[in-house]
Amino acid sequence: MSGSPAGPSRLPAEVLAGIEALRPRYPTEEALLLPALHLAQAANGGWLSHEVIEAVATLLNLPASSVGGVVSFYDMFHEHPVGRHRVRLCTNLSCQLRGADQLAGLLERELGVGPDEVTPDGRCSWVEFECLGSCDTAPMAMVDDDYHENLTPDRLRQILKGLA
Amino acid sequence: MATERVLTRNVGRASARTVRGYRESGGYEALARALKMQPEEIVEEVKKSGLRGRGGAGFPCGAKWSFVPRGAGRPKYIVCNADESEPGTFKDRLLMEHDPHQLIEGCVIAGKAVEANTTYIYIRGEYTQATRVLEEAIRDAYDQGVLGSSVLGSGFRHDVYVHRGAGAYICGEETGLLESLEGRRGQPRVKPPFPAVVGAFGAPTVINNVETLCCVTHILQRGADWFRAIGTDERNTGPKLYAISGHVERPGTYEYPIGVPFQELLDGCGGMYKGRALKAFIPGGASAPMLTAAERGIRMDFDTLAKAGSMLGSAAVIVMDETTCVVRAALRLARFFAHESCGQCTPCREGTNWMRIVLERIECGAGSESDVDLLAHVVPNVGGISLCALGDAAQGPVRSLVQKFGDEIRDNLRNHRYPLPRVPFFDLGAAS
Repeated sequence: MSGSPAGPSRLPAEVLAGIEALRPRYPTEEALLLPALHLAQAANGGWLSHEVIEAVATLLNLPASSVGGVVSFYDMFHEHPVGRHRVRLCTNLSCQLRGADQLAGLLERELGVGPDEVTPDGRCSWVEFECLGSCDTAPMAMVDDDYHENLTPDRLRQILKGLA
Repeated sequence: MATERVLTRNVGRASARTVRGYRESGGYEALARALKMQPEEIVEEVKKSGLRGRGGAGFPCGAKWSFVPRGAGRPKYIVCNADESEPGTFKDRLLMEHDPHQLIEGCVIAGKAVEANTTYIYIRGEYTQATRVLEEAIRDAYDQGVLGSSVLGSGFRHDVYVHRGAGAYICGEETGLLESLEGRRGQPRVKPPFPAVVGAFGAPTVINNVETLCCVTHILQRGADWFRAIGTDERNTGPKLYAISGHVERPGTYEYPIGVPFQELLDGCGGMYKGRALKAFIPGGASAPMLTAAERGIRMDFDTLAKAGSMLGSAAVIVMDETTCVVRAALRLARFFAHESCGQCTPCREGTNWMRIVLERIECGAGSESDVDLLAHVVPNVGGISLCALGDAAQGPVRSLVQKFGDEIRDNLRNHRYPLPRVPFFDLGAAS
Protein backbone atom coordinates (compact mmCIF):
# COMPACT_ATOMS: atom_id res chain seq x y z
CA MET A 1 0.00 0.00 0.00
CA SER A 2 2.87 2.34 0.75
CA GLY A 3 5.98 3.12 -1.18
CA SER A 4 4.10 4.17 -4.29
CA PRO A 5 6.43 6.04 -6.63
CA ALA A 6 6.89 9.66 -5.79
CA GLY A 7 4.25 11.75 -7.46
CA PRO A 8 2.25 14.75 -6.45
CA SER A 9 1.05 14.16 -2.90
CA ARG A 10 -2.66 14.08 -2.23
CA LEU A 11 -2.10 16.24 0.83
CA PRO A 12 -3.08 19.89 0.47
CA ALA A 13 -0.23 22.29 -0.26
CA GLU A 14 -0.53 24.05 3.10
CA VAL A 15 -0.21 20.73 4.93
CA LEU A 16 2.88 19.82 2.91
CA ALA A 17 4.36 23.26 3.60
CA GLY A 18 3.58 22.91 7.31
CA ILE A 19 5.32 19.55 7.49
CA GLU A 20 8.36 20.76 5.54
CA ALA A 21 8.73 23.72 7.88
CA LEU A 22 9.08 21.31 10.82
CA ARG A 23 11.67 19.07 9.18
CA PRO A 24 14.77 20.86 10.58
CA ARG A 25 13.54 20.26 14.13
CA TYR A 26 14.06 16.50 14.10
CA PRO A 27 16.95 14.19 13.31
CA THR A 28 14.60 11.56 11.84
CA GLU A 29 11.80 11.72 9.31
CA GLU A 30 9.59 9.44 11.42
CA ALA A 31 9.44 12.06 14.20
CA LEU A 32 7.42 14.22 11.84
CA LEU A 33 4.56 11.74 12.00
CA LEU A 34 2.51 13.14 14.88
CA PRO A 35 2.82 16.76 13.70
CA ALA A 36 1.99 15.62 10.16
CA LEU A 37 -1.10 13.74 11.30
CA HIS A 38 -2.31 16.75 13.31
CA LEU A 39 -1.95 18.99 10.24
CA ALA A 40 -3.49 16.48 7.85
CA GLN A 41 -6.44 15.80 10.14
CA ALA A 42 -7.18 19.51 10.62
CA ALA A 43 -7.23 19.98 6.83
CA ASN A 44 -9.48 16.96 6.31
CA GLY A 45 -12.54 17.86 8.34
CA GLY A 46 -11.18 16.51 11.62
CA TRP A 47 -10.55 12.89 10.67
CA LEU A 48 -8.00 10.73 8.88
CA SER A 49 -9.34 8.72 5.96
CA HIS A 50 -7.43 5.78 4.62
CA GLU A 51 -6.35 7.92 1.67
CA VAL A 52 -4.95 10.59 3.96
CA ILE A 53 -3.14 8.00 6.07
CA GLU A 54 -1.56 6.55 2.91
CA ALA A 55 -0.54 9.99 1.69
CA VAL A 56 1.17 10.78 5.01
CA ALA A 57 2.87 7.38 4.97
CA THR A 58 4.16 7.92 1.44
CA LEU A 59 5.43 11.39 2.27
CA LEU A 60 7.38 10.19 5.31
CA ASN A 61 8.53 6.90 3.77
CA LEU A 62 6.71 4.82 6.36
CA PRO A 63 4.53 1.74 5.87
CA ALA A 64 0.85 2.74 5.81
CA SER A 65 0.17 -0.06 8.29
CA SER A 66 2.42 1.45 10.93
CA VAL A 67 0.95 4.91 10.39
CA GLY A 68 -2.49 3.31 10.82
CA GLY A 69 -1.23 1.73 14.05
CA VAL A 70 -0.15 5.13 15.32
CA VAL A 71 -3.46 6.72 14.35
CA SER A 72 -5.46 4.07 16.22
CA PHE A 73 -3.30 4.46 19.34
CA TYR A 74 -4.11 8.10 20.07
CA ASP A 75 -7.49 9.41 21.23
CA MET A 76 -7.15 12.67 19.30
CA PHE A 77 -6.84 10.99 15.89
CA HIS A 78 -10.07 9.86 14.30
CA GLU A 79 -10.44 7.09 11.74
CA HIS A 80 -14.07 7.89 11.03
CA PRO A 81 -15.89 11.09 10.10
CA VAL A 82 -16.66 13.41 12.99
CA GLY A 83 -19.03 16.36 13.29
CA ARG A 84 -18.05 19.82 12.10
CA HIS A 85 -17.88 20.59 15.79
CA ARG A 86 -16.53 18.14 18.30
CA VAL A 87 -17.47 18.17 21.97
CA ARG A 88 -15.17 16.32 24.34
CA LEU A 89 -16.83 16.15 27.73
CA CYS A 90 -14.48 15.28 30.56
CA THR A 91 -16.08 12.64 32.75
CA ASN A 92 -13.07 11.68 34.84
CA LEU A 93 -13.27 11.74 38.62
CA SER A 94 -12.91 15.45 39.39
CA CYS A 95 -15.60 16.29 36.83
CA GLN A 96 -17.74 13.31 37.85
CA LEU A 97 -17.79 14.68 41.39
CA ARG A 98 -19.17 17.95 40.03
CA GLY A 99 -21.97 16.74 37.78
CA ALA A 100 -20.33 15.59 34.53
CA ASP A 101 -22.65 12.59 34.21
CA GLN A 102 -25.67 14.89 34.26
CA LEU A 103 -24.08 16.86 31.42
CA ALA A 104 -23.42 13.67 29.45
CA GLY A 105 -27.13 12.89 29.66
CA LEU A 106 -27.92 16.42 28.54
CA LEU A 107 -25.61 16.17 25.51
CA GLU A 108 -27.25 12.95 24.42
CA ARG A 109 -30.75 14.44 24.78
CA GLU A 110 -29.96 17.77 23.12
CA LEU A 111 -27.99 16.34 20.21
CA GLY A 112 -30.10 13.23 19.80
CA VAL A 113 -27.06 11.02 19.24
CA GLY A 114 -24.91 8.87 21.45
CA PRO A 115 -21.18 9.23 22.06
CA ASP A 116 -19.04 8.86 18.91
CA GLU A 117 -22.06 9.41 16.67
CA VAL A 118 -22.55 12.39 14.37
CA THR A 119 -25.79 14.38 14.21
CA PRO A 120 -27.65 13.70 10.93
CA ASP A 121 -26.86 17.21 9.68
CA GLY A 122 -23.14 16.62 10.28
CA ARG A 123 -22.99 19.54 12.66
CA CYS A 124 -21.77 17.92 15.85
CA SER A 125 -20.36 14.81 17.47
CA TRP A 126 -19.52 14.26 21.11
CA VAL A 127 -17.52 11.89 23.26
CA GLU A 128 -16.84 11.30 26.92
CA PHE A 129 -13.17 12.11 27.32
CA GLU A 130 -10.49 11.42 29.88
CA CYS A 131 -9.15 14.15 32.19
CA LEU A 132 -8.41 17.33 30.25
CA GLY A 133 -6.42 18.99 33.04
CA SER A 134 -9.02 21.55 33.99
CA CYS A 135 -10.28 19.97 37.19
CA ASP A 136 -10.38 23.25 39.12
CA THR A 137 -13.07 24.44 36.72
CA ALA A 138 -15.05 21.18 36.66
CA PRO A 139 -17.24 20.21 35.01
CA MET A 140 -15.75 21.16 31.68
CA ALA A 141 -15.71 20.27 28.02
CA MET A 142 -13.40 20.93 25.12
CA VAL A 143 -15.34 22.17 22.10
CA ASP A 144 -13.16 22.02 18.98
CA ASP A 145 -9.93 23.68 20.20
CA ASP A 146 -11.31 25.59 23.16
CA TYR A 147 -11.95 24.80 26.80
CA HIS A 148 -15.35 25.67 28.28
CA GLU A 149 -15.11 25.65 32.05
CA ASN A 150 -17.39 25.75 35.09
CA LEU A 151 -20.20 24.34 32.96
CA THR A 152 -23.81 24.27 34.04
CA PRO A 153 -26.62 22.64 32.10
CA ASP A 154 -27.74 26.06 30.87
CA ARG A 155 -24.27 27.11 29.75
CA LEU A 156 -23.78 23.85 27.89
CA ARG A 157 -27.13 24.31 26.10
CA GLN A 158 -26.06 27.82 25.06
CA ILE A 159 -22.73 26.55 23.75
CA LEU A 160 -24.49 23.89 21.68
CA LYS A 161 -26.85 26.50 20.24
CA GLY A 162 -23.89 28.61 19.18
CA LEU A 163 -22.33 25.86 17.06
CA ALA A 164 -23.09 26.52 13.41
CA MET B 1 1.70 30.58 57.53
CA ALA B 2 2.23 33.28 54.93
CA THR B 3 3.75 31.74 51.85
CA GLU B 4 5.89 33.52 49.33
CA ARG B 5 4.74 32.84 45.79
CA VAL B 6 7.76 31.52 43.94
CA LEU B 7 6.57 29.30 41.10
CA THR B 8 3.31 31.21 40.73
CA ARG B 9 4.70 34.74 41.17
CA ASN B 10 3.80 35.64 37.58
CA VAL B 11 0.37 34.03 37.52
CA GLY B 12 -2.10 36.69 36.46
CA ARG B 13 0.65 39.05 35.26
CA ALA B 14 0.07 38.95 31.50
CA SER B 15 3.22 40.95 30.68
CA ALA B 16 5.36 38.07 32.01
CA ARG B 17 4.63 36.20 28.79
CA THR B 18 7.10 38.44 26.96
CA VAL B 19 10.85 38.35 27.51
CA ARG B 20 10.81 42.04 28.44
CA GLY B 21 8.01 41.63 30.99
CA TYR B 22 9.53 38.45 32.40
CA ARG B 23 12.84 40.26 32.96
CA GLU B 24 11.08 42.82 35.15
CA SER B 25 10.70 40.19 37.87
CA GLY B 26 14.29 38.99 37.62
CA GLY B 27 13.71 36.66 34.70
CA TYR B 28 16.70 35.20 32.84
CA GLU B 29 19.12 36.28 35.61
CA ALA B 30 19.39 32.63 36.65
CA LEU B 31 20.26 31.64 33.10
CA ALA B 32 22.90 34.36 32.87
CA ARG B 33 24.43 32.99 36.06
CA ALA B 34 24.29 29.39 34.80
CA LEU B 35 25.98 30.31 31.54
CA LYS B 36 29.04 31.46 33.52
CA MET B 37 29.20 28.20 35.48
CA GLN B 38 30.77 24.87 34.55
CA PRO B 39 28.16 22.21 33.68
CA GLU B 40 29.09 20.09 36.69
CA GLU B 41 28.73 23.09 39.00
CA ILE B 42 25.12 23.48 37.86
CA VAL B 43 24.46 19.78 38.43
CA GLU B 44 26.02 20.05 41.91
CA GLU B 45 23.87 23.04 42.80
CA VAL B 46 20.69 21.21 41.79
CA LYS B 47 21.83 18.09 43.67
CA LYS B 48 22.49 20.17 46.76
CA SER B 49 19.02 21.73 46.58
CA GLY B 50 17.41 18.34 47.17
CA LEU B 51 14.98 18.96 44.28
CA ARG B 52 12.93 15.85 43.53
CA GLY B 53 10.90 15.42 40.35
CA ARG B 54 7.49 17.05 40.40
CA GLY B 55 5.93 14.82 37.74
CA GLY B 56 5.07 11.88 39.94
CA ALA B 57 8.04 9.66 40.70
CA GLY B 58 9.95 12.10 42.91
CA PHE B 59 13.36 11.07 41.57
CA PRO B 60 16.23 13.40 42.60
CA CYS B 61 16.73 15.80 39.72
CA GLY B 62 20.47 16.44 40.14
CA ALA B 63 21.19 12.71 40.30
CA LYS B 64 19.24 12.18 37.08
CA TRP B 65 21.31 14.84 35.36
CA SER B 66 24.56 13.35 36.64
CA PHE B 67 23.84 10.05 34.81
CA VAL B 68 24.19 11.78 31.44
CA PRO B 69 27.62 11.17 29.90
CA ARG B 70 29.78 14.30 30.06
CA GLY B 71 31.17 16.23 27.15
CA ALA B 72 29.90 18.36 24.29
CA GLY B 73 30.02 17.58 20.61
CA ARG B 74 27.50 14.75 20.45
CA PRO B 75 23.71 14.95 20.32
CA LYS B 76 21.99 15.07 23.70
CA TYR B 77 18.52 16.22 24.49
CA ILE B 78 16.41 17.83 27.17
CA VAL B 79 12.83 16.65 27.01
CA CYS B 80 10.32 18.54 29.08
CA ASN B 81 7.45 16.28 30.04
CA ALA B 82 4.40 18.51 29.63
CA ASP B 83 2.06 15.60 28.93
CA GLU B 84 0.13 16.40 32.07
CA SER B 85 -2.52 13.67 31.97
CA GLU B 86 -2.74 12.28 35.49
CA PRO B 87 -6.41 12.73 36.38
CA GLY B 88 -6.79 15.60 38.81
CA THR B 89 -3.61 17.38 37.68
CA PHE B 90 -3.63 20.86 36.13
CA LYS B 91 -0.68 22.67 37.71
CA ASP B 92 1.67 22.47 34.71
CA ARG B 93 -0.99 23.97 32.46
CA LEU B 94 -1.10 26.97 34.80
CA LEU B 95 2.69 27.34 34.71
CA MET B 96 2.82 27.16 30.92
CA GLU B 97 -0.13 29.44 30.25
CA HIS B 98 0.92 32.13 32.69
CA ASP B 99 4.70 31.98 32.88
CA PRO B 100 6.16 30.30 29.79
CA HIS B 101 9.59 31.91 30.17
CA GLN B 102 10.08 30.45 33.64
CA LEU B 103 9.93 27.05 31.94
CA ILE B 104 12.02 28.03 28.93
CA GLU B 105 14.69 29.37 31.30
CA GLY B 106 14.73 26.07 33.20
CA CYS B 107 15.04 24.12 29.94
CA VAL B 108 18.08 26.11 28.80
CA ILE B 109 19.73 25.82 32.23
CA ALA B 110 19.21 22.05 32.10
CA GLY B 111 20.68 22.09 28.59
CA LYS B 112 23.77 23.93 29.81
CA ALA B 113 24.11 21.52 32.75
CA VAL B 114 24.30 18.42 30.56
CA GLU B 115 25.65 20.16 27.44
CA ALA B 116 22.56 19.54 25.34
CA ASN B 117 21.66 21.94 22.53
CA THR B 118 18.03 21.00 22.01
CA THR B 119 14.90 20.86 24.17
CA TYR B 120 11.66 19.25 23.10
CA ILE B 121 8.68 20.29 25.17
CA TYR B 122 6.33 17.33 24.74
CA ILE B 123 2.93 18.81 25.53
CA ARG B 124 -0.34 16.92 25.56
CA GLY B 125 -2.31 17.58 22.39
CA GLU B 126 -5.37 18.86 24.23
CA TYR B 127 -3.44 21.79 25.73
CA THR B 128 -4.05 24.09 22.77
CA GLN B 129 -3.92 27.33 24.76
CA ALA B 130 -0.68 26.43 26.55
CA THR B 131 0.79 25.44 23.18
CA ARG B 132 -0.11 28.83 21.69
CA VAL B 133 1.40 30.69 24.65
CA LEU B 134 4.60 28.64 24.58
CA GLU B 135 5.06 28.99 20.81
CA GLU B 136 4.66 32.74 21.11
CA ALA B 137 7.10 32.95 24.04
CA ILE B 138 9.65 30.81 22.19
CA ARG B 139 9.44 33.08 19.13
CA ASP B 140 10.04 36.07 21.38
CA ALA B 141 12.95 34.32 23.08
CA TYR B 142 14.62 33.74 19.70
CA ASP B 143 14.04 37.38 18.73
CA GLN B 144 15.60 38.56 22.00
CA GLY B 145 18.65 36.30 21.77
CA VAL B 146 17.59 34.10 24.67
CA LEU B 147 17.42 31.08 22.37
CA GLY B 148 19.37 30.19 19.26
CA SER B 149 23.00 30.01 18.22
CA SER B 150 24.35 32.08 21.10
CA VAL B 151 22.16 32.15 24.21
CA LEU B 152 22.49 35.61 25.79
CA GLY B 153 25.66 36.10 23.76
CA SER B 154 27.46 33.26 25.55
CA GLY B 155 28.26 31.17 22.49
CA PHE B 156 26.17 28.31 23.90
CA ARG B 157 23.56 27.17 21.38
CA HIS B 158 20.13 26.04 22.49
CA ASP B 159 16.93 25.44 20.56
CA VAL B 160 13.51 24.79 22.11
CA TYR B 161 10.71 23.11 20.17
CA VAL B 162 7.15 22.31 21.20
CA HIS B 163 5.98 18.84 20.20
CA ARG B 164 2.29 18.02 20.59
CA GLY B 165 1.05 14.66 21.78
CA ALA B 166 -2.26 13.29 20.58
CA GLY B 167 -4.17 11.98 23.57
CA ALA B 168 -2.56 9.06 25.40
CA TYR B 169 -1.89 8.97 29.14
CA ILE B 170 0.94 6.48 28.70
CA CYS B 171 2.99 9.14 26.89
CA GLY B 172 3.56 10.73 30.29
CA GLU B 173 5.71 7.67 31.08
CA GLU B 174 9.15 8.81 30.05
CA THR B 175 10.01 6.07 27.57
CA GLY B 176 6.46 6.00 26.19
CA LEU B 177 6.93 9.72 25.67
CA LEU B 178 10.18 9.13 23.77
CA GLU B 179 8.52 6.56 21.50
CA SER B 180 5.75 9.06 20.81
CA LEU B 181 8.23 11.88 20.17
CA GLU B 182 9.96 9.66 17.64
CA GLY B 183 6.69 9.14 15.78
CA ARG B 184 5.44 5.82 17.11
CA ARG B 185 2.78 4.37 19.39
CA GLY B 186 3.61 5.46 22.93
CA GLN B 187 4.55 2.06 24.28
CA PRO B 188 7.16 2.15 27.05
CA ARG B 189 10.61 0.71 26.41
CA VAL B 190 12.52 -1.94 28.28
CA LYS B 191 14.84 -0.36 30.86
CA PRO B 192 17.81 -0.37 31.09
CA PRO B 193 19.17 1.35 29.15
CA PHE B 194 17.77 4.42 30.85
CA PRO B 195 17.08 7.61 28.87
CA ALA B 196 20.08 9.38 30.43
CA VAL B 197 22.23 7.05 28.34
CA VAL B 198 19.96 6.01 25.44
CA GLY B 199 17.00 8.35 25.17
CA ALA B 200 15.52 10.41 22.36
CA PHE B 201 16.80 9.34 18.94
CA GLY B 202 19.31 7.03 20.64
CA ALA B 203 21.06 9.94 22.37
CA PRO B 204 21.52 10.72 26.08
CA THR B 205 18.40 12.51 27.28
CA VAL B 206 17.16 14.21 30.42
CA ILE B 207 13.40 14.07 30.90
CA ASN B 208 12.00 16.48 33.47
CA ASN B 209 8.51 17.61 34.37
CA VAL B 210 7.44 21.23 33.78
CA GLU B 211 7.33 22.17 37.46
CA THR B 212 10.71 20.52 38.08
CA LEU B 213 12.35 22.66 35.40
CA CYS B 214 10.63 25.76 36.78
CA CYS B 215 12.15 24.93 40.20
CA VAL B 216 15.58 24.71 38.56
CA THR B 217 15.24 28.33 37.44
CA HIS B 218 14.75 29.47 41.04
CA ILE B 219 17.50 27.25 42.42
CA LEU B 220 19.99 28.92 40.08
CA GLN B 221 18.56 32.33 40.90
CA ARG B 222 18.51 32.08 44.69
CA GLY B 223 20.78 29.18 45.50
CA ALA B 224 20.46 25.61 46.68
CA ASP B 225 20.58 26.64 50.35
CA TRP B 226 17.53 28.86 49.96
CA PHE B 227 15.63 26.04 48.24
CA ARG B 228 16.53 23.33 50.76
CA ALA B 229 15.49 25.54 53.67
CA ILE B 230 11.89 25.30 52.42
CA GLY B 231 9.87 22.18 53.18
CA THR B 232 9.67 19.34 55.66
CA ASP B 233 13.24 18.07 55.81
CA GLU B 234 16.32 17.53 53.63
CA ARG B 235 14.53 14.86 51.53
CA ASN B 236 11.44 16.97 50.91
CA THR B 237 12.50 20.44 49.85
CA GLY B 238 11.26 23.47 48.01
CA PRO B 239 8.03 25.18 47.04
CA LYS B 240 5.31 22.93 45.65
CA LEU B 241 2.14 23.32 43.66
CA TYR B 242 -0.95 21.47 44.85
CA ALA B 243 -3.82 21.12 42.38
CA ILE B 244 -7.03 20.74 44.38
CA SER B 245 -10.31 19.60 42.85
CA GLY B 246 -13.52 17.82 43.71
CA HIS B 247 -15.75 18.69 46.64
CA VAL B 248 -14.07 21.85 47.90
CA GLU B 249 -15.34 25.41 47.85
CA ARG B 250 -12.51 26.89 45.76
CA PRO B 251 -10.74 24.32 43.61
CA GLY B 252 -7.47 25.59 42.15
CA THR B 253 -3.69 25.47 42.11
CA TYR B 254 -2.15 26.49 45.42
CA GLU B 255 1.51 27.02 46.23
CA TYR B 256 2.88 25.96 49.61
CA PRO B 257 6.18 24.78 51.03
CA ILE B 258 6.27 21.06 50.31
CA GLY B 259 4.87 19.11 53.24
CA VAL B 260 1.92 21.36 54.05
CA PRO B 261 -0.65 19.33 56.02
CA PHE B 262 -3.74 18.29 54.06
CA GLN B 263 -6.02 20.06 56.52
CA GLU B 264 -4.22 23.35 55.88
CA LEU B 265 -4.63 22.86 52.13
CA LEU B 266 -8.32 22.20 52.63
CA ASP B 267 -8.78 25.27 54.81
CA GLY B 268 -6.84 27.34 52.26
CA CYS B 269 -9.30 26.53 49.50
CA GLY B 270 -12.37 27.42 51.53
CA GLY B 271 -13.02 24.03 53.07
CA MET B 272 -15.45 21.35 52.03
CA TYR B 273 -18.11 22.04 49.38
CA LYS B 274 -21.26 23.33 51.09
CA GLY B 275 -19.70 22.49 54.45
CA ARG B 276 -20.25 18.77 53.97
CA ALA B 277 -18.13 16.17 55.75
CA LEU B 278 -14.93 14.80 54.23
CA LYS B 279 -15.11 11.13 53.27
CA ALA B 280 -11.87 10.46 51.37
CA PHE B 281 -9.12 12.22 49.46
CA ILE B 282 -6.59 11.29 46.84
CA PRO B 283 -3.32 13.09 47.63
CA GLY B 284 -1.37 12.71 44.40
CA GLY B 285 -3.45 12.10 41.30
CA ALA B 286 -5.48 9.10 40.20
CA SER B 287 -2.56 6.72 40.79
CA ALA B 288 -2.24 7.57 44.46
CA PRO B 289 -4.09 5.32 46.91
CA MET B 290 -6.97 7.06 48.68
CA LEU B 291 -6.76 8.30 52.25
CA THR B 292 -9.64 8.72 54.66
CA ALA B 293 -10.96 11.64 56.69
CA ALA B 294 -9.08 10.25 59.71
CA GLU B 295 -5.80 10.95 57.88
CA ARG B 296 -6.56 14.61 57.21
CA GLY B 297 -3.64 15.88 59.30
CA ILE B 298 -1.03 14.21 57.09
CA ARG B 299 1.91 16.15 55.70
CA MET B 300 1.77 16.32 51.93
CA ASP B 301 5.34 15.38 51.05
CA PHE B 302 7.02 12.45 49.31
CA ASP B 303 8.14 10.44 52.31
CA THR B 304 5.24 11.04 54.70
CA LEU B 305 2.70 9.98 52.07
CA ALA B 306 4.79 6.97 51.04
CA LYS B 307 4.92 5.86 54.67
CA ALA B 308 1.13 6.12 54.81
CA GLY B 309 0.87 3.75 51.84
CA SER B 310 0.05 6.43 49.29
CA MET B 311 2.16 8.92 47.36
CA LEU B 312 2.63 12.59 46.57
CA GLY B 313 2.67 11.77 42.85
CA SER B 314 1.75 14.88 40.91
CA ALA B 315 0.28 16.50 44.05
CA ALA B 316 -3.17 16.49 42.48
CA VAL B 317 -5.53 16.42 45.42
CA ILE B 318 -9.03 15.11 44.72
CA VAL B 319 -11.42 15.64 47.59
CA MET B 320 -14.58 13.57 48.07
CA ASP B 321 -17.37 14.39 50.49
CA GLU B 322 -19.81 12.22 52.41
CA THR B 323 -22.21 11.94 49.45
CA THR B 324 -19.59 10.15 47.34
CA CYS B 325 -19.88 6.46 46.52
CA VAL B 326 -16.26 5.40 46.81
CA VAL B 327 -16.88 2.34 44.64
CA ARG B 328 -18.17 4.56 41.86
CA ALA B 329 -15.16 6.87 42.26
CA ALA B 330 -12.74 3.92 42.08
CA LEU B 331 -14.67 2.52 39.12
CA ARG B 332 -14.20 5.75 37.18
CA LEU B 333 -10.47 5.55 37.75
CA ALA B 334 -10.44 1.84 36.88
CA ARG B 335 -12.14 2.65 33.56
CA PHE B 336 -9.49 5.25 32.94
CA PHE B 337 -6.60 2.88 33.53
CA ALA B 338 -8.20 0.09 31.49
CA HIS B 339 -8.60 2.57 28.62
CA GLU B 340 -5.06 3.91 28.94
CA SER B 341 -3.13 0.66 29.38
CA CYS B 342 -1.02 0.50 26.23
CA GLY B 343 -1.68 -3.24 25.95
CA GLN B 344 1.95 -4.29 25.79
CA CYS B 345 2.19 -6.26 29.07
CA THR B 346 -0.38 -8.89 29.94
CA PRO B 347 -0.73 -8.24 33.72
CA CYS B 348 -1.57 -4.59 33.08
CA ARG B 349 -3.70 -5.06 29.97
CA GLU B 350 -5.79 -7.83 31.54
CA GLY B 351 -5.60 -6.75 35.17
CA THR B 352 -6.85 -3.22 34.59
CA ASN B 353 -9.80 -4.64 32.72
CA TRP B 354 -10.66 -7.20 35.40
CA MET B 355 -10.59 -4.57 38.13
CA ARG B 356 -12.97 -2.48 36.02
CA ILE B 357 -15.34 -5.42 35.48
CA VAL B 358 -15.51 -6.40 39.15
CA LEU B 359 -16.03 -2.79 40.26
CA GLU B 360 -18.79 -2.37 37.67
CA ARG B 361 -20.47 -5.48 39.01
CA ILE B 362 -20.40 -4.17 42.58
CA GLU B 363 -21.49 -0.66 41.66
CA CYS B 364 -24.48 -1.70 39.59
CA GLY B 365 -25.77 -3.97 42.35
CA ALA B 366 -24.84 -7.34 40.85
CA GLY B 367 -21.87 -7.97 43.12
CA SER B 368 -21.38 -10.19 46.13
CA GLU B 369 -19.16 -9.96 49.20
CA SER B 370 -16.65 -12.31 47.61
CA ASP B 371 -15.99 -9.65 44.97
CA VAL B 372 -14.16 -7.62 47.59
CA ASP B 373 -11.85 -10.58 48.18
CA LEU B 374 -11.51 -11.04 44.43
CA LEU B 375 -10.32 -7.45 44.09
CA ALA B 376 -7.85 -7.96 46.90
CA HIS B 377 -6.58 -11.04 45.04
CA VAL B 378 -6.27 -9.30 41.67
CA VAL B 379 -4.45 -6.20 42.96
CA PRO B 380 -1.00 -7.71 43.69
CA ASN B 381 -1.04 -9.36 40.27
CA VAL B 382 -1.36 -6.09 38.39
CA GLY B 383 1.42 -3.93 39.85
CA GLY B 384 5.17 -4.32 39.74
CA ILE B 385 5.35 -6.91 37.00
CA SER B 386 5.23 -4.95 33.78
CA LEU B 387 7.56 -2.69 31.83
CA CYS B 388 6.28 0.56 33.26
CA ALA B 389 4.42 1.83 36.30
CA LEU B 390 0.92 2.04 34.80
CA GLY B 391 -0.07 -1.27 36.37
CA ASP B 392 1.15 -0.05 39.77
CA ALA B 393 -0.76 3.16 39.25
CA ALA B 394 -3.94 1.31 38.35
CA GLN B 395 -3.92 -0.92 41.40
CA GLY B 396 -3.31 1.93 43.87
CA PRO B 397 -6.88 3.25 44.07
CA VAL B 398 -8.35 -0.28 44.17
CA ARG B 399 -5.95 -1.46 46.85
CA SER B 400 -6.85 1.49 49.04
CA LEU B 401 -10.55 0.99 48.35
CA VAL B 402 -10.38 -2.57 49.69
CA GLN B 403 -8.11 -1.67 52.61
CA LYS B 404 -9.92 1.42 53.79
CA PHE B 405 -13.50 0.87 52.75
CA GLY B 406 -13.70 -2.94 52.52
CA ASP B 407 -15.97 -3.30 55.55
CA GLU B 408 -18.28 -0.55 54.35
CA ILE B 409 -18.53 -2.14 50.90
CA ARG B 410 -19.22 -5.60 52.35
CA ASP B 411 -21.91 -4.14 54.55
CA ASN B 412 -23.50 -2.38 51.59
CA LEU B 413 -23.33 -5.58 49.55
CA ARG B 414 -24.89 -7.65 52.35
CA ASN B 415 -27.75 -5.20 52.50
CA HIS B 416 -28.16 -4.86 48.72
CA ARG B 417 -27.62 -1.11 48.79
CA TYR B 418 -25.86 -0.79 45.40
CA PRO B 419 -26.17 1.27 43.35
CA LEU B 420 -26.13 3.89 46.09
CA PRO B 421 -28.51 6.80 45.54
CA ARG B 422 -26.76 9.62 43.69
CA VAL B 423 -26.90 13.16 44.95
CA PRO B 424 -27.22 15.23 41.76
CA PHE B 425 -24.76 18.11 41.49
CA PHE B 426 -27.11 20.27 39.44
CA ASP B 427 -30.74 20.83 40.24
CA LEU B 428 -32.21 20.19 36.81
CA GLY B 429 -35.78 20.69 37.94
CA ALA B 430 -38.78 18.68 36.85
CA ALA B 431 -38.24 19.40 33.15
CA SER B 432 -35.22 17.14 33.00
